This record gives sequence, C-alpha cells and structure tokens, in this order.
Amino acid sequence: MTAQVNFVQAINQAMHDAMADDPNVLILGEDIADEEGGGVVKVTTGLSSSFGADRVRSTPITEEAIIGAAVGAALVGKRPIAEIMLMNFLTVGMDQIVNHAAKLRFMSGGQTHVPMTIRTMTGAGGGAGGQHTDMVEAWFAHVAGMKVVAPSSPAEAYGLLRSCIEDDDPCLFVENMPTYWTNGDAPERGTRIPLGKAAVVSPGTDVTIISYARTMMESGAAVKALSEEGVSAELIDLRTIAPFDLETILESVSKTKRAVVVHEAVTPFGVGAEISARITEELFSELAAPVQRVGSTFNAVPYAQALEEAHLPSMQRVVDAVRRTLS
Amino acid sequence: MTNDNNTEQPPGSSLLAIYERAARIRKNDEAFHGAMQSGKLGIRIYYSPRGQEIIPAALCDHLTDDDYLVTIYRGVHDQIAKGIPLNELWAEYAGRATGTCKGKGGPMHVTHPKSGNMVTTGIVGGSLPIANGLALASQLDDDKRVTVACFGDGASNIGAFHESLNMASLWKLPVIFLCQNNLIAEHTRFEKGTAVARVADRAASYSMPGVRVDGNDPAAMWSAAKDAVARARAGEGPTLIEAMTFRFMGHLIGDPDEHWREGEKEAALERDPVPALRKQLIADGHASEEALTELEQKLDEEIVEAMNFAQNSPKPDVSELGVDVLAGGAL
Repeated sequence: MTAQVNFVQAINQAMHDAMADDPNVLILGEDIADEEGGGVVKVTTGLSSSFGADRVRSTPITEEAIIGAAVGAALVGKRPIAEIMLMNFLTVGMDQIVNHAAKLRFMSGGQTHVPMTIRTMTGAGGGAGGQHTDMVEAWFAHVAGMKVVAPSSPAEAYGLLRSCIEDDDPCLFVENMPTYWTNGDAPERGTRIPLGKAAVVSPGTDVTIISYARTMMESGAAVKALSEEGVSAELIDLRTIAPFDLETILESVSKTKRAVVVHEAVTPFGVGAEISARITEELFSELAAPVQRVGSTFNAVPYAQALEEAHLPSMQRVVDAVRRTLS
Repeated sequence: MTNDNNTEQPPGSSLLAIYERAARIRKNDEAFHGAMQSGKLGIRIYYSPRGQEIIPAALCDHLTDDDYLVTIYRGVHDQIAKGIPLNELWAEYAGRATGTCKGKGGPMHVTHPKSGNMVTTGIVGGSLPIANGLALASQLDDDKRVTVACFGDGASNIGAFHESLNMASLWKLPVIFLCQNNLIAEHTRFEKGTAVARVADRAASYSMPGVRVDGNDPAAMWSAAKDAVARARAGEGPTLIEAMTFRFMGHLIGDPDEHWREGEKEAALERDPVPALRKQLIADGHASEEALTELEQKLDEEIVEAMNFAQNSPKPDVSELGVDVLAGGAL
C-alpha cells in the first residue's frame, strides 16, 4: 500500500521542499513560527526551525499588512507565501489582493508582476458559524490577474502548492480545514501538478459531475451510489478554479450530454454559475438536460449542527441533481 | 513654522540639484495643464502636484535608482524627482504604446522599476503595506536599499497606515513613511478629518521617530530625509516624516478649490517654494541668473521633446487587452 499522509503533512512538506529549493521563498502569517506554535493547526510546524524565523515570520494579526508585504516582496524577486489563517479574514486584506496583486502586472504594462501565494483555510462542518468557514473563491476568480486553486487530496495539495509557489502570478490556495487530518496517498516529493488542468477522477458515460475541494467527497460517494442504480457518472476534479480547464469539461460533457457542478460555496453567482454558462454557451444544442448546480443554501453558515448539515451539499443532493438531468 | 529637526544647510550643489528637480516638476506641470487645455494629446486625468515640488526634490538627493519609491495618484512630482524619463511619462499620460506602462496604467498607476518607481496607487493608503514588502526583501538580502512611501495627510487616517507602521517598526524595516501634508484630503480640510494636530505625533504609537518639517523649506526637508535615509540604511528602522506643504491647484483639474479660508491660499501662493529657492540660489551665490535661465531652457526643451515623443507615438493595439493579464497572456 502506498504510504499515507494527511493534508497538513502534505502542505507542510510542499513548503519545506519549496524553501529548500529556492532561498527566495518565505512565509508570512499569524502564529506560524515554532515559537508561536508552528501555526494555529500546525501546518507550518518545524519550518522556522529549519529555515529561520526571518524566512518563516510570525506576524501580528494584520491581514492587510501581511498581504501587502507579500506583494511588495514579490515585486522584487521574492516568492512569498502569505498565510491568511481563515478565508473570511481575506476580507480585511481585499484591497491588496484585488487592487494591487491581481492588477499590477497589467497596470504596469508587464514591467512588474506578483509571484505570491496566499494560503488560506476554510470550510464548514465544525460549528464555527458565519465568519470562520465561508467559501468565497468565486470573488477572487472574478478578478482578472488572479489564479485560484483548491486541492481535494493530500497529493494534490502538495503538487498544486509547489506549482503555485513557482507560478509568476498571484495564486490563492484554498485549504479545507475539516478534512485537514484525512489521509490520502503520499505525494512523490518534487511532483508538480500543472495549474489550469483538471483531472478526470472516474470515467463515465451518462453524466459529468464537476467539483473541487471538499465536495469531491460527496461527489465521489454520489458516483458510487449512482453506479448501483446503473448510472455511469464521470467525475472531474477541477483542481484549479481560475483559470479552469474548460477543454476537459467540454470533452466530457460532449460525451455524456449532461452536467452537474458541485461546490461547497453558496450557489448564486458562484463558480457553478460560470461553468454552467460556459457549458451552455459551447454545447447548448448537444445537451440532453439543463446543467444543474449543487451548492450550500444561500444564507450565512449556521451554528447548530442540524442547520449546518442541511446547509451543506450532501451526497443525496448530488444524486438528486443527477436524477434531474436524467428525467 | 518650527521644524522638529536640526536643519543642516545642504551644500550648494545639492540645493542646485533640488532646484533642477523642482523646476522640472513645475515646468512639467505647466505643460501638462497646457496639453490638457488644448486637448491635443488626449490626456484624460491629471492630479497636479504644484506646491509640493520641494519635498521629493530634496528627498531624492539622498536616493539612487536602486532605492524604491511607492506613491499615489498625486505622485508625478515624486516620480519625476526619482528620475522617471519624461518621454515615457508623457506617453503614458497620453495613453500611448510607448508609455512606461504601454498606456495600460495611466496617471494613477505609473510604474518604472528602472528608476525605482515601483508602484503608484489610486487607493489611499494602499501602497504603504507594499512599501513594507519591498523593504522586507531588502532586509532579507541586506542590499542596503531604502524604500520611501509617499502619501497624503488623508492616508494617515486609513487602517493600512496603522498596520504598516506597526509592522515596519516591529521588524525595523528600511522604510520611510513620507506624509506630504497639504492640509486637505480631497475636499476635506486636515483638521476636520484628522483627530491629531500633527501626523508626526502618530509615530509615538509605533515607537518610531516622527519628524514634522516645512516640506517647502529645502534645507529642512533635505535634512529630515538625510536622517531618515541614514537610519534606514543603517538597519535602525523606519521614520515617519510629516512634510508640511500646500496644494495649489485643487484636487483635480477644474476643481474650484473653494475650501480655504480667506487669505490662506493667497498666502501659500505667495510663498511658492520653487521661485523662492531660485531667489535663494542667486542670493547665496550658488548660481547666477544666467546659469539658471540656461538650466530652465534645457528643461523646456526636454519637456517639448517629451510632448512631441508622446504626440508622435502610436496608440496601443487593442490586442494589448489580452496581454499582461497573467504570465503568458490572458485566460
């Protein structure tokens, strides 16, 4: 059996290997050095001891300054990783991301660029309520100049993070907190997964399910349940949300004629809306059914467990969406 | 006004260099106004820095091209003092393919890394966090570069100011926060928007030196910048300089600029720092009337050349919309 690691170990290994390979890689974030505990959930543990607290630098609680410092250092040859503890905290650093990181390449006519990675964790399921677990990746995918990446396995996390760090554009790397300690096959050290390329996880002929991050689990379970009913679903792991791999999606949907997009983010104006629109624009006459979307219900993430479970997309909702395309 | 620092008299050569920079800025401003009035170059927006010329002209006596500058929409005086070539600057304002940013950034986003002009932002306060990052890179590489962040009094009220000064002081970053206090934030008077009488006093909150000087006094400004640059280069950390000045031409072209009390603006105009320095240079024997006239003629020629360069440059191709979005193009 292949050796197993969890997301925390894979992400830690990716940063370790990137720092060992390139002295220009540095990390800024709250509580990240070992003196402050090596990260609030230990994702950066050991890195400051290996590479020094100058390069793995604990910051005050100061998101705008963290991201801005990463932007500035990236402008002059560094490859900073800014750890923003939780995705909701990106809201207080939005100016640096939207007005500066994403746009400086274009606004400078290509004289400067921002090879920065923002790592952030999020994801509902732990009862943290409305300000700690949102999935707001669509906001960033809507800004020209940003790349947005969300892994669904430890090996993907390693390979995609290595690519983000080496990429010459600002990348937002979204980590799912509730599944941090879930094991998967260990990555081969040094592996890079190219950005902008989706993976066909399981082939099928009747319907295409497109998902990413945590909801790959619900989607994978739905594929199994459907196969027991004789429905053959093809499952695509998007991996990179912006720019997404339209080619792989269209190739699949051309074959299956049906598509369901699944994500944890709320449905309205989301990634699913964009993918659905692109499929419809390109394949309208070939589709056997309207493209379906599955996301969280349109409200703040609730606290009570019963509400939180009902808020999140479930395997059953994925199965129901697939059935709508078949009826 | 009283300066916080002990003013050292700059050598005559420095005063002359300050005058040359300030006169270039002033003449450039007149030419931009003329071009906008005639409309022939197609300059679409301009924030005049008239009245604030001496601040960057004195600062840049202590900087080289290797040092970094970040500034704001009202920043053309900073860019010119830092050495941005006028041809490319004019072409950028005119939206031409030969502009510093190929016409894609415009007046509020002029960038020219070769002269150290790293970022120009239209977001008040937005460049301060980035200045820290430039300085952090210098600190990690120990390359002795200094980063200067220019901003207005209005920016000292936004959150980014607090976060940036706190971080810079904690980490002893080689950065200078240069607040050009022109007494007005867009259309709101300084005292109506700022809860302290002196921006420099805010430095105490960050355990860094805060120095208020008359930014229109070449010797005071030159001395304050000299101390701050020396401190940053020596690894001793950041300085907040509050350079008092005055905005002569309103927020934007056409602004009636009616926010001043009776006599305030007239008094400021009477103390116009550029002709004042010219007079001083002659009175102190640093330059003759003839030498300064010759210098000014050269500046006029330089500006006419830049204007012609912009005029004769092509507009950017529409295909540029898909270039420089991401590495290798657009999506």
